[in-house]
Amino acid sequence: MAEMMKGNEAIAEAAVRAGARFYAGYPITPSSEIMEYLSWRMNEVGGAFVQAESELAGINMVIGASSCGVRALTASSGPGISLKQEGISTLCDEGLPAVVITQVRYGNGLGTLFTSQCDYNRETRGGGQGDYRCIVLCPSSIQEFVDLMLPAYELAEKYRIVTVMMGEGTLGQMMEPVELPDFVEVKRTPWALNGHYTYKKIGIFERDSMAEAVELRAKYAEIKENEQRWQEESIADADYVFVAYGVPGRATLGAVRELRAAGEKVGLIRPITAWPYPDKAFANINPNVKGIITVEENATGQMIDDAALAIKKTHKDRNIPAYALTYVYNTPPINRIKEDYFKVKSGEIKEVY
Amino acid sequence: MANTRERKVPALVDKPMDFCPGCGHGIVSRLIMECLEELEQLDNIIFPIGVGCSSNLGAGLECDRLHCCHGRAGAVATGMKRVNPDTLIVSYQGDGDAYNIGIAETFNAAYRGENITVIVINNTNFGMTGGQMSLTTMEGQKTATSVYGRDCSVTGYPIRFPEMVAREFPNAAYAARGTVTTPANINKLKGYIKNALQAQLNHEGYSVVEVLSPCPINWGLTPVNAMKRIEDELIPYYPIGEFKKREEAK
Amino acid sequence: MKVEIKRERCKECGLCIYHCPKKAISKSDSLNANGYYPVQIDDALCIGCGVCYTTCPDGVFHVLG
Repeated sequence: MAEMMKGNEAIAEAAVRAGARFYAGYPITPSSEIMEYLSWRMNEVGGAFVQAESELAGINMVIGASSCGVRALTASSGPGISLKQEGISTLCDEGLPAVVITQVRYGNGLGTLFTSQCDYNRETRGGGQGDYRCIVLCPSSIQEFVDLMLPAYELAEKYRIVTVMMGEGTLGQMMEPVELPDFVEVKRTPWALNGHYTYKKIGIFERDSMAEAVELRAKYAEIKENEQRWQEESIADADYVFVAYGVPGRATLGAVRELRAAGEKVGLIRPITAWPYPDKAFANINPNVKGIITVEENATGQMIDDAALAIKKTHKDRNIPAYALTYVYNTPPINRIKEDYFKVKSGEIKEVY
Repeated sequence: MANTRERKVPALVDKPMDFCPGCGHGIVSRLIMECLEELEQLDNIIFPIGVGCSSNLGAGLECDRLHCCHGRAGAVATGMKRVNPDTLIVSYQGDGDAYNIGIAETFNAAYRGENITVIVINNTNFGMTGGQMSLTTMEGQKTATSVYGRDCSVTGYPIRFPEMVAREFPNAAYAARGTVTTPANINKLKGYIKNALQAQLNHEGYSVVEVLSPCPINWGLTPVNAMKRIEDELIPYYPIGEFKKREEAK
Repeated sequence: MKVEIKRERCKECGLCIYHCPKKAISKSDSLNANGYYPVQIDDALCIGCGVCYTTCPDGVFHVLG
């Protein structure tokens, strides 16, 4: 039975049901409610909760718990995720799974409190040092966020990688009807530290980076091949295909349906994984498509790069233009998206690529 | 001859390590292993290890260990202990790692009273990176970043962490400082380490043992003279002793 | 023999020589593989007290019981 729940609370409960038994983090708008909820809920299910002294300490506590085989979680927003970058790079280096939730807010530096998608580049490329990737899931509703919590952990453990749940302020703060999943059985990972030296690590100075590079490339290639997720609608005969994720993905779906009803041949690809980017979806696009249009809540257009690459890779014989509609922050209203679509169609808005 | 006690280095550290000649790390790591052996905890131990000369221990040791981000062992140890409350978690860091870049994590683990043991090897500089000034560098001490001698009026005075723990943090169970300059001091230090580990085993709270340790290479002294420096210059400022004793021991 | 020596571990730090109460320890004159002159013990002077074991940072000594 679906109940109205606030996003951050539903997400926190979903994490617990997905087996998370350790949380460490720091308050930051608009994600604090996740931590507030877990501050009493974790103990109820026999897990451990620490309000860490900083975001930096939080991710390092997650490293400690994950190294001991426990499903660990931290949640933050842009500035806090910036502080966690070294820790995320370390998790990837050690092959330790973890889930990091970010409810993105707009701006550089301290930024604003407006909901946004301005961290796409950082989350998909990784803001930490080195040659690593995280799996990035980008749900567009509270229900989808909740439904992706268990896959987030399962993917993290299958590939020994960090899964970033890239949400946004709106998803954390809004209320929607949600059905919560069942509890899963809690188990430690087989490579956990347990005091008995069951899992033998090599020392840091004995690492063979050349050999590890081969494994890393193979791992990422496997993820790219097998873990792309997306939603698509009416792209096989579309003249223009929108590409949008998260809450703008929903707004754009609304715009697509209204435009179709008015006779415009448009479609939508809504990425659910931002990394690996759902290139395969673009292969299904009408070979005669006239252009793709990203709809993004940021200033400079970030996903446009991945979308342009995808359409040009899958439709190599033509040079299909890629447009970006960038709304800086807040969910673009359907009417704005429709207006800007006609400006793309008329040539008033020029392509980016 | 018949009544000499056998003294054999515990297997876990009985191997070549990359510490400099005369460095104190080798003595301290042996003492920790001797204590674990005597407490029968060799198969119940995880070491979160700091960055710096401590990293050499991480390279050699064959037991559960994690090389932490620089300064963050206090946070990593917290995560480990919260999910494994009955496993011994012993963090092993230098003064650079624990008191400089890691001061927030070190402080907060003590403040919260995490049931961990923290060993800090204090050699009054950042050893591994070539002898830069640290929060524990003495006034007037020449280092790579205080070439004319440390000016404390600009850079602050050396920090005394175990005393602060004993004074400020009710959740701390045990805080001590030892050194490795003489056989007597080494034996005393072993007692402090054992107390700290026992405090953790009995779930009494947070324990910390700081060790004044020589750094012959960066101090520009022979190993014997480096030990003399500790006795003559460091101990007067950094006293040896137990600043907070375990409740039962009182 | 009261004390076994692992020659390959010795790094010539000199701490054992300084602390030995019987002055039984001295530097040998043959190099080990790392280029150090490892210590040697005059067994006649040695009393098996274990001070060398205690002060050695490199696990050179095994005092036999």
